[in-house]
Amino acid sequence: MNNKIKLMQLADALSNATINNGAALTPEIIEEDLQVLQVLIQDREEFPVYVTIDDSQILCVSYLWQEQEIIPEQREALLEALLSLNIPMPLSSFSKIGHQYIIFGALSTRSDTDAILHEIATLSDNTLEAIELMAEYLK
Amino acid sequence: MNLFNKLLTALRGAVTETGEAIVDSQGIRILEQEIRDAKEHVNRAKDSLTEVIAEQMAVQRKVNSLYASIGEHEHYASQALEKNDEALALEIAEKIVALSNELDAQAAVLESLDNNIVIMKQSIAATERKIQGMDRELTLVKTTESVHKANEAVAARFSGSSSSLLSATESLERIKAKQQKKIDQMQAALSIQQEENGDRLQAKLQAAGIATNKASASDILERLRIKRSESLLNSLEYKQYHRD
Repeated sequence: MNNKIKLMQLADALSNATINNGAALTPEIIEEDLQVLQVLIQDREEFPVYVTIDDSQILCVSYLWQEQEIIPEQREALLEALLSLNIPMPLSSFSKIGHQYIIFGALSTRSDTDAILHEIATLSDNTLEAIELMAEYLK
Repeated sequence: MNLFNKLLTALRGAVTETGEAIVDSQGIRILEQEIRDAKEHVNRAKDSLTEVIAEQMAVQRKVNSLYASIGEHEHYASQALEKNDEALALEIAEKIVALSNELDAQAAVLESLDNNIVIMKQSIAATERKIQGMDRELTLVKTTESVHKANEAVAARFSGSSSSLLSATESLERIKAKQQKKIDQMQAALSIQQEENGDRLQAKLQAAGIATNKASASDILERLRIKRSESLLNSLEYKQYHRD
């Protein structure tokens, strides 16, 4: 099935859903040619979740901090901490694009809406928790 | 063609001095071209694969027909032997030798083609996976750039300076402040409601004369006794009514 259609269907399904004590979701397809779904979460609009679908996976990404927000002397400690946090933190893993640090989760393309919702909810919680945990390394 | 290396180089490379770009844009352009080239390469490889498969099928047909032919000739040879026609049998046997030699040669070609096909398929699959990975990364890079530009535009509009973008910790603080405000509001609403409930209940008790600071224990017992006899009367009447 066409990935573009899948993304549109997902957007529809998410717009009627709530997560984590009834927080509403606002999905919007941004980047027409890239086909990226931006999901705003009620009361956490500062940290949207971005979703893309390709043939191998459904990818959910949230942005953490940028390189310049890290206290230089603490950079190595931060990186160690992030790596160590990958396993205990459920479903989500840490990564980096250029100088933007991200947190992400990848799902099988066969995942149903419930699984994707769960992923988004967990990712959102983990985003806040990660920033909280790493705050001592950030300016 | 090591695509992943090229990606890493492009990503690690030159953040501009003002720190604007997530990734060197020249690097991205080069990467995009590399991916296009790789895709083209895969397409050509697939065309080659199609040709080799066609060749393999042709050789397979040859091998099959040689087998059949050998079988046939062996049959003719035994028929000739039965008729005691040694000369003919020998002639056929020589033909069988020629056919067998040809079969060996073709079988070797077939095996080689089969191996090639397996390797080509694996190589194409591996490259396609790599290309998918590169595409994914590129999408993410472009999305990130786009989100950043949008955020900068918003921040610039409201504060005239893009450097006042909320940092991750600041955004978190905002969220926590909002959450706390909500909790405080709920607490306040809850305690107001509790007070109201408490007052209302007290008023009801007083109106019924059961308020603890007014009624005495004996008053309460008297009331209960009256209530009990009333209900007994009611149940008797009910029974009578239903008997008639």
